[in-house]
Formats: sequence, C-alpha cells, structure tokens
Amino acid sequence: MATPLTLKELSKKEDRFTHGHRMCSGCGAPIVVKIAMMATEYPVVVSNATGCLEVSSCISEFTAWNVPWIHTAFENAAATLSGVETMYRSLKKQGRFDKDKEVKFIAFGGDGGTYDIGFQSLSGAMERGHDMIYICYDNGAYMNTGIQRSSATPLGADTTTCPAGSVIPGKLRARKNLTKIMAAHDIPYVAQASPSHWLDLAKKIQKAHEIKGPKFINVIAPCNRGWRSKTNDAIQLSRLAVNTCYWPLYEIENGVTRITVTPKEKISVAEFMKPQGRFKHLFSPENEGLLQRVQDEVDREWAKLQKEAKTD
Amino acid sequence: MAKVVAVTGNEACANALRQVNPDVCGIYPITPQTDMMQRFASFIADGKVDTESILVESEHSSMSACIGAAAAGGRVVTATSSQGLALMWEMLHIASGDRLPIIMPVVNRALSAPLNIHGDHSDAMGARDTGWIQLWSENAQEAYDNTIQAFRVAEHMDIRLPAMVCLDGFIISHSIERMEYLEDQQVKDFVGPFRNFLPLLDLDKPKSYGPLILTDLYHECKRAQHEVMTKVADVVLEVAKDFEKLSGRKYGIFETYRLEDADIAIVILNSAAGTTKDVIDEFRDKGIRAGLLKPRLFRPFPYTEIADALRHTRAVCVMDRADSFGGYGPLFMEVSSALYQAEKRPLLMNKIYGLGGRDYLPSHAAQVLTELTTVAESGKVSTIKEYIGVRE
Repeated sequence: MATPLTLKELSKKEDRFTHGHRMCSGCGAPIVVKIAMMATEYPVVVSNATGCLEVSSCISEFTAWNVPWIHTAFENAAATLSGVETMYRSLKKQGRFDKDKEVKFIAFGGDGGTYDIGFQSLSGAMERGHDMIYICYDNGAYMNTGIQRSSATPLGADTTTCPAGSVIPGKLRARKNLTKIMAAHDIPYVAQASPSHWLDLAKKIQKAHEIKGPKFINVIAPCNRGWRSKTNDAIQLSRLAVNTCYWPLYEIENGVTRITVTPKEKISVAEFMKPQGRFKHLFSPENEGLLQRVQDEVDREWAKLQKEAKTD
Repeated sequence: MAKVVAVTGNEACANALRQVNPDVCGIYPITPQTDMMQRFASFIADGKVDTESILVESEHSSMSACIGAAAAGGRVVTATSSQGLALMWEMLHIASGDRLPIIMPVVNRALSAPLNIHGDHSDAMGARDTGWIQLWSENAQEAYDNTIQAFRVAEHMDIRLPAMVCLDGFIISHSIERMEYLEDQQVKDFVGPFRNFLPLLDLDKPKSYGPLILTDLYHECKRAQHEVMTKVADVVLEVAKDFEKLSGRKYGIFETYRLEDADIAIVILNSAAGTTKDVIDEFRDKGIRAGLLKPRLFRPFPYTEIADALRHTRAVCVMDRADSFGGYGPLFMEVSSALYQAEKRPLLMNKIYGLGGRDYLPSHAAQVLTELTTVAESGKVSTIKEYIGVRE
C-alpha cells in the first residue's frame, strides 16, 4: 500500500493532520507530523504525549486529527499505544475486528516526553515488541513549558533552566544519543530524519510501516521560540543541522547502519549555531573552548557513524 | 452448580478474572498481589482465556496500557498493591476522566516509608479521590463476588467508570478459605459480552481521546463525573440483586450486623469486620446491644444510607486501617460527614488500628466496645482519634 512519494501525488491526498491547529508560526513539529501522516495509506491510530503538539492540536471540541487519536499523559505515549495495539491484536485474534484490515500505530512525543520522562515507557514498549512506530520530534528542550533543559538539549545551549549566565555558559553536558540507545534495543528499525529532507523522512516512515515490530524514528524539529531564530528558518536550520553533521540522516535496519544522506560538503557546526540566539554566548571570545567542544563532539559522532555505516 | 473450594483470596480473584475472560490484561508484580496475576498468566499460557497480556515495565505503564486498551474498545483488567497503586495515581484519574471501565483488584498493603509489605488500607484510601468506584471485601468469597459484579457495574451504559475491588493483603490474599465458585458459563452469562462505547478502533468515525480542556469546559467535565458517581449505588444494588439470584449471596452497598437495635456500633472495613462480629456476639451475650456496619461501596460513599443506618445508636467508633496524618482516619471523615446531616446522631470516635499488618485482635474489638459503652453512658468522648494495638 505504498503512496507514490511525489509532490504531485501527495498534494492530492486528504490531510490526516489538518491545518487549523494552533502550533506556533514557523514550528518544525507540524511539518514532521504532516509528512509522517501523509507517507502511508494504511489506517493509522495515533498516540500523543503531552507537549506542544498535543496541546495545540486537540482542544475541547476541536481537533486537527482526521484519524483516531489518544493522549493520556506526558511520560507514556508508548505505553498507552502498546495498550491500543494489544487490544487490536486481541480483538483480531478473537474475530472481533476485520481480519483483512491492517491498522498501523504511531506515537508522537517531543524530546522531553521521549528522552526524559517517557524513556522508561518507550524502552518497555520497544522491548515488548509492539508493532508501532515511535516518532520523536526533537526540538532540544521542554518548549511547551517555556524552553527548559532536557537531555536532548545540545552542549552550550542557553535554556531557562540552564541559562547562559556570567559564571555558567549554558548547558555543560552533551546531548544524549537517543537514536543509538534505541538501536541498542535491537529493534528492527531505527532512523534519524529531518523535515528539510522530506522525501528521506517520508521514505523512512513508509519503510518502517512495512516492518513488523517496534520502530523508532528521531526527527529534528526546529523551534523558533526556543532556538531564538527567525520564524521562517525551520527548514533552513534543519538543513544546516544535516549539512554540519550535527544531525546526520541515517537508518539502522536489523542492525545494519546506512547513512541515507551524506552532505556534499561537511560545514562547520558554527553555521548551524550562528542563526540561533540560544548559542549567541558561544561566539564571545571567553567561550571559544566550549564552541570547539561542540565541534569536536559532532566530528567524533560523525566519524563513529561513518565507521558503523555500510557503504553502498 | 456452585463448586465448594478451599482457596486464597488471590486465587479466587484470578479465577473470577479467568471466568470473565477479559480481552487485555496488564501484568506487573508487586507483593502481595503478584500471586494473583501470575496465576492469571498461567491461564493465558494454558489457553484457558483469550486474553492478550501486556507484561509492562511498571505499574504506571500498566495503567497507561490499560487505558489505551480500554479506549481501543474492549474489556481490560489489571491488579496491584501499595506502591504500585501509588505509582499509578496519575493514570487513575485519566482512566476515570476518560470514562473507561477498567477492573482492578487492589490487594491492600501499607505504603512506604518505612517499607512494609503487609496489609493496611493506605493504598486504596490514597486513591479514593481518583474517580474510581471502590468495592471492599471481607474475605475471599466477597473478593471473588465483588470482582465479578464489578464488571457489570463499571460497564453499565449509564456508568462507564473504572472500578477497584479491595481485599486485605496477606490476611485475605494469602489465607486459604472455604468458598464457592460459580460455574464458568454462569459467570460468562452474568457478565455478558463487552459493549463498546466510542471505541478508538472505530476507523470510520475517528475519535480524539484526551483533549486539552481549559477554563471553558473543565469544570463541567468534572461535575459530570460527580453526576455519574451519584448513579452508581443504584446500579450496584441492581447488579447485587441479579447476583443473589445466581449465587444465593446477598449484597448491599454496606453490610450491617446486629445493628438494628444497637446502642453502640463499630464501623470497619474488610477482613477485620469478621473478628469484630465475633466480639459483638460476646457483648450481646452479656446483654450489651452492640452492632457493626461494614461499608462495601466506599466510592461513591453512601452518606445518606449510612447516616440512616447509624442515627439511632448512642455511640459509634469508626475504625481506620489507614491514616491521614494531621487529620482523622479516612473512613471516620466520611462517616462523620454523613452523620452531621442527621438531626439525631451518635457520639463518634476514631481508632486507627492494624497499620502495616499489625494484628487486629478480638481484645482490640473488646476494648473499643467497652469504651463505647462508657461513652454512651457518660455522653462524652474523651479523645476523638486514638491508636490501638500500638506499642507505647
């Protein structure tokens, strides 16, 4: 049931995640969701962790979701969806659900609801082998509550709980590599994607739907409020994230790593950071060392990934 | 034909769940509940039920998965105790707020700290304001009967609320008692097929579960939850009537024992009621008119009915196996609220007993009844809240 992934065909499709939601102007997350929901013809049931996407897409009697959608709490989008998926299997087994109808299950969570508070629930659901895709839209902080540090917040970033002050220059720890941690669960499919490379993202979603079992896709989602960037920069910034190798695009299918997009020229991570106010302090002379550490981290991770990756 | 068996409370509940044959079950171990769900896991492994289990990584995920499964559209169960129920606390509100008829035996156990695995009611009392129906059980038979009836109450189309069935940890969960099982088919017929209401898996009419609702309508949602709770007692009685026809066992929203002409009375939950009844008989033999009231339905609390049942007495002791530090015991607070509305009401006192599985002895009941006799005669309560069976 593959949707032809051409703009011409996709533009004819009815939106499953519609306009009218109340996400901020220029937010990267709804772009990710829209592409993910478009990339399949299967009926889809969505579970949504508490966060920007959830509070802005289903309010009182208004919903942007044209598919069955459930939100219960912050830390448990995966556990909640594992319940929905299990009921689906139970009813199907008992002949109480159309045996010819194949339903797909997607959970959406931000980085706070995925890397941090929802980590246990995610790990449990993946380990149990539920047939679902968990998609994290990673904007690098708790943006819904007002830009607080998460374990996805990059090294050096200024947030409201790790502010760049006169003594401490923002976050002193590097971000946790959740994509790799999910790969360590030995699940059949793990990927990293970006809305700037929409076709790559859509292909990964499509591929994941065809694989039985738990899948995890981590997608960078610029937040102009938290990144202190221009409202029309989401795509440009996510492209810079890919081209600096800050956010490499790759997939790990049954343990085999493949880089899906290799930047023509790997540019300095400073190019990704400069347009963002959250890194402004790193460009003052006293923080030169920290800026270098960010570059070193990126280089090290990229080298590691290249080593792991199968070359086509 | 009913089958007479000698089983533990956990085994009785596991068998009730087997007979009901739920669609999905969340399983996570915690003493003293573990043994119930592990028995149920054997039923699944041996193909005795159609249930799909979810072997979750915590009770929080168990309740989250149960909510997802129930919203999807089907019959869902889990069971827990103590810290497990406490960990679920956030999700308990969401199960009731989403009006999902999940059934959960709660094997009552003390809460940390200090760590204690034995029976008291702190866990379920801590969950009394979560919007769940609570049925309490004196023994294995009642735990079994309540579990079966809970499905009918929770799934009633006028109710659609989750329900917990409370039984005392170890005292009931692990003690072997004589009791009667109904036939599998009888239970199946009594509970009936699951009736869906707004299932998430209805792909033709997509539903949104769990929206954001702020100052415009939240207040109304919560009022509606209270309104539906006011209908529960009648449904509990209606279901109990049907159950009596089937089993010969009569249930109300509370049980009274020699209370009709009593001057003094004890109000007490669960297993300690049995011990108390014996001591009441001894006092009756001495010519003292003592009686007992044992609530079965604690949420919603039947204020008017309980006030009516107690108003003729002269002195009542409400006994709590849980505490509200800096406040009265939770059962006392309810009975006290109920009686305040009565024009003529008894003197009231509150005893905290049996915390962390401390034995409740016949001598404790005798001590309370003796004090009640003095209170009734003098018309005075010296100390409203006291601890009994405590080492000084």
